[in-house]
Amino acid sequence: MSLTLLVAQLLNGLQYGVLLFLLAAGLTLVFGVMSFVNLAHGSLYMIGAYAGALAYGASGSFAVGILAAMAAALAIGLVLEVTIVSRLYRRDHLDHVLATFGLVMFFNELVRILWGPQPIFVQVPDVLSGTVDLFGFTYSSYRFAIIAVGLVVAVGSRLLIHKTRIGMLIRAGAQNPQLVSALGVNIGLLNALLFGVGAMLAGVAGAMAGPVLSVQSGMGEPVLITTLVVIVIGGIGSVSGAFYAALIVGVVDTLGRVFLPLILRQLTERSIADAAGPALASMSVYVLMAAVLALRPQGLFPARRG
Amino acid sequence: MFQRALVATLYCATLAASAATASAATIGLMAPLSGPQALVGQDQVDGFLLALEQHGGKLGGQPTTVVKEDDQLRPEIGQQAVRKLIDKDKADAIVGLSFSNVLMGSLARLTESGVVAIATNAGPSPLAGAQCKPNVFSMAWQNDGAAEAMGKFAQDRGLKRVYLMAPNYQAGKDMLAGFKRFYKGQVVDEVYTQVNQPDYSAEIAQLQAARPDALFVFYPGGMGINFVKQLNQAGLSGKLPLYSVFTVDGTTLPSLREAAVGVVSGGMYDASLDNPENRRFVAAFEAKYKRAPSLYAATGYDAANLLDIALRKAGGDPKKLAVAVKAAGSELRSVRGPFAFGRNNMPVQDYYAFETARDGGKVVTRLVGTPFKAHVDPYAAQCTLP
Amino acid sequence: MKTSSAFRPSTWIPLLLLGLLAIVPTVASGFDQPYWTAFFARILIYAVAASALNLALGYGGLVSFGHALFLGIGAYAVGLCAFHGIGSGWLHLLVAVAAAAAAALVIGAISLRTSGMAFIMITLAFAQMGYFLLVSLKHYGGDDGLSVGSTSRFGPFDLGSTSAVYYAAWLVLVAILWSMARVRVAPFGMALRGARQNVKRVDAIGLQAHHVRLVAFVLSGMACAVAGVLLANLNAFVSPSTLAWTVSGELIVMVVLGGIGTVFGPFLGALLFFVLEEVLKGFTEHWMAVFGPVVVLVALFGRRGIAGWLEALNRKRPSPGPPDIVAPGRA
Repeated sequence: MSLTLLVAQLLNGLQYGVLLFLLAAGLTLVFGVMSFVNLAHGSLYMIGAYAGALAYGASGSFAVGILAAMAAALAIGLVLEVTIVSRLYRRDHLDHVLATFGLVMFFNELVRILWGPQPIFVQVPDVLSGTVDLFGFTYSSYRFAIIAVGLVVAVGSRLLIHKTRIGMLIRAGAQNPQLVSALGVNIGLLNALLFGVGAMLAGVAGAMAGPVLSVQSGMGEPVLITTLVVIVIGGIGSVSGAFYAALIVGVVDTLGRVFLPLILRQLTERSIADAAGPALASMSVYVLMAAVLALRPQGLFPARRG
Repeated sequence: MFQRALVATLYCATLAASAATASAATIGLMAPLSGPQALVGQDQVDGFLLALEQHGGKLGGQPTTVVKEDDQLRPEIGQQAVRKLIDKDKADAIVGLSFSNVLMGSLARLTESGVVAIATNAGPSPLAGAQCKPNVFSMAWQNDGAAEAMGKFAQDRGLKRVYLMAPNYQAGKDMLAGFKRFYKGQVVDEVYTQVNQPDYSAEIAQLQAARPDALFVFYPGGMGINFVKQLNQAGLSGKLPLYSVFTVDGTTLPSLREAAVGVVSGGMYDASLDNPENRRFVAAFEAKYKRAPSLYAATGYDAANLLDIALRKAGGDPKKLAVAVKAAGSELRSVRGPFAFGRNNMPVQDYYAFETARDGGKVVTRLVGTPFKAHVDPYAAQCTLP
Repeated sequence: MKTSSAFRPSTWIPLLLLGLLAIVPTVASGFDQPYWTAFFARILIYAVAASALNLALGYGGLVSFGHALFLGIGAYAVGLCAFHGIGSGWLHLLVAVAAAAAAALVIGAISLRTSGMAFIMITLAFAQMGYFLLVSLKHYGGDDGLSVGSTSRFGPFDLGSTSAVYYAAWLVLVAILWSMARVRVAPFGMALRGARQNVKRVDAIGLQAHHVRLVAFVLSGMACAVAGVLLANLNAFVSPSTLAWTVSGELIVMVVLGGIGTVFGPFLGALLFFVLEEVLKGFTEHWMAVFGPVVVLVALFGRRGIAGWLEALNRKRPSPGPPDIVAPGRA
């Protein structure tokens, strides 16, 4: 195992991690502030991916695609918030699970009706279609761009939450929504805004993922489940926790896929290692989550309270 | 993914009545019509319906009702669908039967009922060997066939170090085993990835570090699109020759286009095959569906033509249908070229190597070799059918 | 359930449906439509699983998003035993229930340290682990699943035929509904329902809420595994997709659709779920585009499900007992 290969694998883990962070940031705030379980967050990711792919295909400009993804996810997110989600904040988690499970069914089928079951293929934008040479290794420029966007969003959200008035309200709302409301803040508006921004980030993630993965119905669910794992590990409601946890999960998943089969081959015979390796690797993040919850039920980096 | 069974019943109300009369045929058509492999299923259905239309809605001279079922690529859903086709719709024959796992899940039910089953997308090794059945046929291939052809092709080209990759399930194992049966050079590594894994960046980095002469992969449907795209983005296409089966085919090529240029694929059919039956089929398919037919459309089309011959031979006697189907295999003028059923009811057919190439502004496939002529699968010897 | 309440619509309607279901195989084979036997057998089996989930979800307020795991354990107990040539149904049942109990004990012990959102996620995580574990068991078919060569035999009674599985599922459903009715008013059920509303109070009267919930979770898992045993026999096939997270979601939908925390709710919910699916599929292949919004509407407005609606009928006519409304569980 050469050092450059390890660096390349860490970059892969980092790239997966920041993509997860884009999804986790919005979701964890919705969980933390509104205590709302949103399984339909994966659908917003899918909507972003479709809007991005279609707008990029029509206009030829990837930037237009990203903007369209943001706009579509924001608009649909806000509609969902106003019509359905806001009615459920005061209900228990079971209702959240039920309603958003229904939404997932609906959106997956809707996409299938509108654009068929076939995946949509998105070209990498020309500017980023090249590769970067890493000491003899070629690494996709586009993946570097994903990492950059993810880091920019991470820094931006940190500034937003810790340096602005809205951020202060978000932090306050997460701790004591009644009190914030009593102080004359329109908590309903704040919730809608948060939900919309979360949806928008999911849309960006979808549009960014488009050229790497295939855009198709049902694409949101596998990544949603991993995002939920990220949020629980990071500590519900904590954006910085989501960031660290996303990177941890990204790196654990990537390195697990690479090294677990190799390690297992040292321990058992090859056929067993080949079969068990990928399965254990896909279990690794869940094992991590179960371990974290068993030891620290509040997550690794819980939002500071009180 | 969340659906249980999706039913598109064409003639729901009149079904019981029409099935009862001997002069009409009911054909069950089961394929994955939702989820990531929906296009593979849709092509089989479209191919079948095209042939049926060409025969004026009749097979073997009998007015034919088609009952479509979606198995969602889930064995238990497929089993419910097969049960429904046999018990409720009283189908004379069931065509399609999805991927190997779904087919194997329904095998007990099919065997017990004795209804003729024609798989258009699978030929799992147990069914080709010890568990072969007189009423279960594969119109497609024995699973290993295309991979064996690629193994032979790689061997003939004199490749020294090949890296193998496939998803971690039975078909993946079978494909790599098939490749190795005829490839005698060095296998640098054999990597199995999670089924329906969307991102291959980690595996591609490992692959790059191993510096093989060539890469052989089996990534059907959406997995193939993602894999080939990502290989391309990592700057490996052009540098690393890619050999594949069921990865770059008629269903994925429209999505992959430029990214697939240079890929060599093994298979028993491609729309570019030059024979009169195929020219007629491709022209009719493109006219009707506005796209080129894939190998899955070809197997569906062939299956309908096969049934047309067989139903005529059987003369309305369901007990004679299985024997008639077997005999019809040799009479069929398949769009893929020479065809017959072997002792184990698997196809005996040619396997070709196709290369994806740029032709002007278009991406096309062209024939670059025929590794096998009238290939008999290695499991046929284990089958005890006469 | 007291006999005096048997005349209320919320009781006699489900009982009537249950009675009608008893004659389905006879009618279906009379009309030469055995398909319907298999169709309703599936409903009965999922009704058993949903009722089992209801013990944890409805009575205990434990939002388990991983009950498909126990269904899968039951199914694979049959699959693996049959694979190794064990045909005894008693042994299948024993393995299924014991394995589910052990798994539920471990999962429950860890998961119950958390609550709310984290509980939902950790139960999901365990089910996913089970899913990926079975996918990796190449020897037992892995992702492709495993055919059940020999079905469960209970002495002369063999679950090999669809109607045999049907009657077995019907009997198990009746047994579980009866138990659920008993548990509801038994001290254990009272403590469990109390713990859902206020853990501190239950602890304060000397009952340990944590233990009560753990026992409920384990019992729920065991009963779900029995449904898995039936399912494996019905399909003569087991595959990891039984453990998919969507199956856990669908079980929740059935419980809530029928009426969470009620005796007959999960049975009614499973019945409506599959019948609605079958009817919608008759109209459009995109039935999920209709079904999804129905689920959303149930979450928004239909909180008490079919059972709640039937209870509303109770109050329209003079009823012998007090209205029996269950407060929605607050996680």
